[in-house]
Amino acid sequence: MSKSSAVPSGVTAATLAKDLRLEWRSKDALNSMLFFSLLVVVVFSFSFDPNAEESRQIAGGLVWVAFLFAAVVALNQTWARELRNHVLDAYRVSPAPANSLFMAKALGNFVFVVVLEVLMTPLFIMFYKLRALGPAWQLIPVAALGTWALVVNGTFFAAISLRTRSREIMLPLLLFPVSIPALLAMVNATTAILTGELSAKFWIVLLTTYDVVFTIACLLLFELVLNAE
Amino acid sequence: MDAPPIITLTAVFKQFGRFAALRGVNAEFAAGGLFAILGDNGAGKTTLLRVLAGLAQPTRGSVSILGTAELRSVRHELGYMAHPSLLYDEMSGAENLRYFGRLYGISNSTDAGMTAVGLDPTLTRPVAQYSQGMRQRLSLARALLNDPKVLLLDEPFSNVDARSAREMVALLAQMRSAGKTIFVVTHQASLLEGTADEFVWMEAGQITNRNRQLRAVETR
Repeated sequence: MSKSSAVPSGVTAATLAKDLRLEWRSKDALNSMLFFSLLVVVVFSFSFDPNAEESRQIAGGLVWVAFLFAAVVALNQTWARELRNHVLDAYRVSPAPANSLFMAKALGNFVFVVVLEVLMTPLFIMFYKLRALGPAWQLIPVAALGTWALVVNGTFFAAISLRTRSREIMLPLLLFPVSIPALLAMVNATTAILTGELSAKFWIVLLTTYDVVFTIACLLLFELVLNAE
Repeated sequence: MDAPPIITLTAVFKQFGRFAALRGVNAEFAAGGLFAILGDNGAGKTTLLRVLAGLAQPTRGSVSILGTAELRSVRHELGYMAHPSLLYDEMSGAENLRYFGRLYGISNSTDAGMTAVGLDPTLTRPVAQYSQGMRQRLSLARALLNDPKVLLLDEPFSNVDARSAREMVALLAQMRSAGKTIFVVTHQASLLEGTADEFVWMEAGQITNRNRQLRAVETR
């Protein structure tokens, strides 16, 4: 056996591949998220009967709140897997960098939430009779930036709440207040694109700034969180 | 043994709230020795091992391994086997070792690692379906992946049948002969009689006795 140091990107890739494999086998997170989102779509569509114009006004908020709540389900399970058999300790004793683990977890959650969005968006369009009056292509960067905003903070706060007794409650308590600026930007950008009344550029820039700031902050602080006793 | 110390503990305290798990541990351990850490439940054996592994920070005092107190810099030279398996139940043994190998920058040790502990590397079933003994062996293989200089083993023989335990002891003796320093926390000290270089007795968070003879430690 030859000894060499672990390359951070290699550790991230290996951890991401491992998480995707485990999720593919169990489908724990995806099934829970899909079921929850489906409930939101169906229940709200039966509770209200909006016309096309009203749908465009409320869809941004509805879609993102549904994805936010659904993402919490996946985020809670991200670290739960590492607690079984104390597997996280095996990572902590290794020379692998803490940030590689964080990036792998955040990217894994990003993939899970994007899969959810891809599957649920056609249903939202169908149930709420949505059609964008603005530049629809802008929904792609809004979705990507918004999803990253949710998962990067969510992954970080899920790690913080990992050792607390009621972590399922602790995560939303920590995550939602911090996510308000991002949520505001996501909802307003989506509504602006759907209604075509205003430009979404300001909100996209705000989301980008939010993502950069919080990604850096999480990377700087994660090692402390990982090694906290 | 006259070898220089590979591990030095100086007045190491470890508090968990109001409970002191380690109460001023002072000790030196020579390189290339096999040390059996004994003691009753709650004596501080596992905490001592976790402090050595860098998983728990001493509340006071200092720990030096391989000449440095910066334990992060010697992580690649440590192997740690805990009481829990530290394995993913949903993955096969080979998949587990492949993943943990990547954390050390190792990509070619899966088959050799499993064979060394007497496991079939072609086994495809998930670890959840392994027997307890097989899990212990795989857990040991994981701890050995990086060919560590210092090996920290917490209860490696628990839930393992007598023959497997003897095989594990023989493997440890082999590794000690290869120059590794090995710490074994165990309640089955008799298994290490004739193999361990020293038996270390812990009581109430302190090392109270060290001897080459098990009997001398047990009849303290």
